[in-house]
Amino acid sequence: MPNTIESRTLAILVDNEPGVLARVVGMFSARGYNIESLTVAETDVGAHTSRITVVTRGDPQTIEQIKAQLDRIVSVRRVADVTRDPNGVLRELALVKVVASGQDRIESLRVSEIFRAKVIDTTLESFIFEITGASDKIDAYVELMRPLGLTELSRTGVLSIHRGRETDLAPQGAAHVV
Amino acid sequence: MSTATPAQIETPKPAAQAGVEMTGAEMVIQALRDQGVDTLFGYPGGAVLPIYDAIFQSEDMRHILVRHEQGAGHAAEGYARSTGKVGVALVTSGPGATNMVTPLADALLDSIPMVVITGQVPTHLIGTDAFQECDTVGITRSCTKHNWLVSRIEDLAAILHEAFHVARSGRPGPVVVDIPKDVQFARGVYVPPQDAPARSKRVTRAVDETRIAEAIELMANARRPIFYTGGGVINAGSAASDALRALVAETNFPITSTLMGLGAYPASGPNWLGMLGMHGAYEANHAMHNCDVMICIGARFDDRVTGRLDAFSPNSAKIHIDIDPSSINKNVRVDVPIIAGATEAIEALLSAWRARNAPTPKIDLWWKRIEEWRARKCFAYAASDDIIKPQYAIERLFAATRGQDVYITTEVGQHQMWAAQYFHFDEPKRWMTSGGLGTMGYGLPAALGVQAAHPGSLVIDIAGEASVQMTMQEMSTAVQHNLPIKVFILNNEWMGMVRQWQQLLHGERYSHSYSAALPDFVKMAEAFGCTGIRADRPDELDAKIKQMIETPGPVLFDCRVAREENCFPMIPSGKAHNEMILADDVTHARIDDAGKKLV
Repeated sequence: MPNTIESRTLAILVDNEPGVLARVVGMFSARGYNIESLTVAETDVGAHTSRITVVTRGDPQTIEQIKAQLDRIVSVRRVADVTRDPNGVLRELALVKVVASGQDRIESLRVSEIFRAKVIDTTLESFIFEITGASDKIDAYVELMRPLGLTELSRTGVLSIHRGRETDLAPQGAAHVV
Repeated sequence: MSTATPAQIETPKPAAQAGVEMTGAEMVIQALRDQGVDTLFGYPGGAVLPIYDAIFQSEDMRHILVRHEQGAGHAAEGYARSTGKVGVALVTSGPGATNMVTPLADALLDSIPMVVITGQVPTHLIGTDAFQECDTVGITRSCTKHNWLVSRIEDLAAILHEAFHVARSGRPGPVVVDIPKDVQFARGVYVPPQDAPARSKRVTRAVDETRIAEAIELMANARRPIFYTGGGVINAGSAASDALRALVAETNFPITSTLMGLGAYPASGPNWLGMLGMHGAYEANHAMHNCDVMICIGARFDDRVTGRLDAFSPNSAKIHIDIDPSSINKNVRVDVPIIAGATEAIEALLSAWRARNAPTPKIDLWWKRIEEWRARKCFAYAASDDIIKPQYAIERLFAATRGQDVYITTEVGQHQMWAAQYFHFDEPKRWMTSGGLGTMGYGLPAALGVQAAHPGSLVIDIAGEASVQMTMQEMSTAVQHNLPIKVFILNNEWMGMVRQWQQLLHGERYSHSYSAALPDFVKMAEAFGCTGIRADRPDELDAKIKQMIETPGPVLFDCRVAREENCFPMIPSGKAHNEMILADDVTHARIDDAGKKLV
């Protein structure tokens, strides 16, 4: 088994109850696993479920262990590895503040147009841009904006969803053990 | 998949209380009753007074009052391990809950089903740093299988029923239900177990027949096979042990076990190699190292078992049966993973073995090699006529208890390993020891729990003088509740295992491992109102042990043993199974720097 460390994105469907985020995050910290990004929100009020998307790093054996350890948590209903799934869509949202004047200000607008970032706030000295896309697209955008006066950056972390009719986290009875 | 055997599933009594309004405290007692609980271990305090009031008014709930909350936790563990039922403890908020952390961590590592009910400050005071407030669910999150803070009376009964389900199902473990005092006082409608809403995740999984077929293929073609079994077989109940015995008999494969798995296969059985691991049998470890097919059932390749990981059983195909998917490929990569309870998996292996179209594997040569390792007599020790050797003391204790209905608990250290080596178990659930966490002070309160579950049986805590002082106050509990436990202390005045490691790893610099001021255990027993016995010489040992067994009440037995005896054989830190050192070969006990860094 090659020990290639790589970044993986896990979608986790959990019962929306107090402490559930602490259980998931606590498992990562207690066992020495890495969290590169994390998003969480309630996604089904009726079923009381939330969806947590975690980007983590590890070799294949570590990733298998992380998935198994997540599955042991009583509040976790389903875990899916959505990394590089050809049927998966991964998106992140970023808010970028640029303080600039003259050519830099104009250039920041032009770059944003190319990346299809939207201006959501402006003063005579500043812009706030909103951009969505895969993480590497946002990384590229941010790197271009740094020399143009980027002063503040806020990112959501990765969200994922399956293309077409299928779902990543359909409630499939037989996969779980309490 | 549930390991619950018929014996473990308590049939709920008729739901006479369905739809009845009662207080939260009364609901706790009713839920315990409906879950088949007859005994709980606890200590009262401000935030659980309403529940204690309900206990006072219920005649059928037996409560054992301990002297420290840790004792209640270990007693509940002992009760659970010796019965297969869920152990229950009840403690107050704040320090009551924090004192329970060690037993919870202990039960989590050893997969012991336990429900701990903690009181909490009233809901309106939570978060205000109130008197005896602590974040119980936060503190116990990483040492429980799951925990709950009950914020509404409407949820209480369902959470209590779910707590028992989570504790006993799948890989068993401890849970905490934290109940604020106002919820204990509030009135609500009781929900019996059969009406309680179940979490969506309760699903079972069938044994994968393809994997069973792969396992049988490996086993049928094996030349050097071995069974390596663990606590999972004990947890799965007597049906698993019965199936295991049948499978071993029909295959004639040798079998070894972890510390936690002793008794699943009888130590008197012909295929038994003894315990494996750091202080395991020479023949067991060499067989593990040289085998070509390993069948691991309900064990988890713990570091105390494997020794140096990259040299662990290098030439074997490995079959791993475990109920917990996270145990598979965690430390050691396996070839055939079977995610299933031990009973179902062993029974599936047994019927597939009987149905196979292959001749019985020829393993005579393998047994011959094993006999050569056995002939090394790894547990031999230098006997003495003047001082009691600790190994001798356990041998005599074992001999004196033959034919009796005996349960053994231990503390942690050298005495624990000697007990595992020289006391032999023919039945499961007779051996209660802190394996994963290694909790000094476990054995005495655990013995209380075992004795409470088995009032007429002989319950012995094989102890060390250092460990036993950590929970010594529980002798008072034994006296109060007429629990006639026998605490057999191998007293060598040292923290023996610490001293042994300091000798072998730290240049004989014995830093703080000698107890220069030990209590007089005989006088201490008398102060507690029980019996103290001391043995100093080998020739008086048998008579004193007999006296201990025949004493009707609790006994503290001060067995003064050789002070600087080491526990062998031993796989030194960072070494492989085939690099064991034996008592007569200690010059090889050099440990390199990498080994010193390991625990």
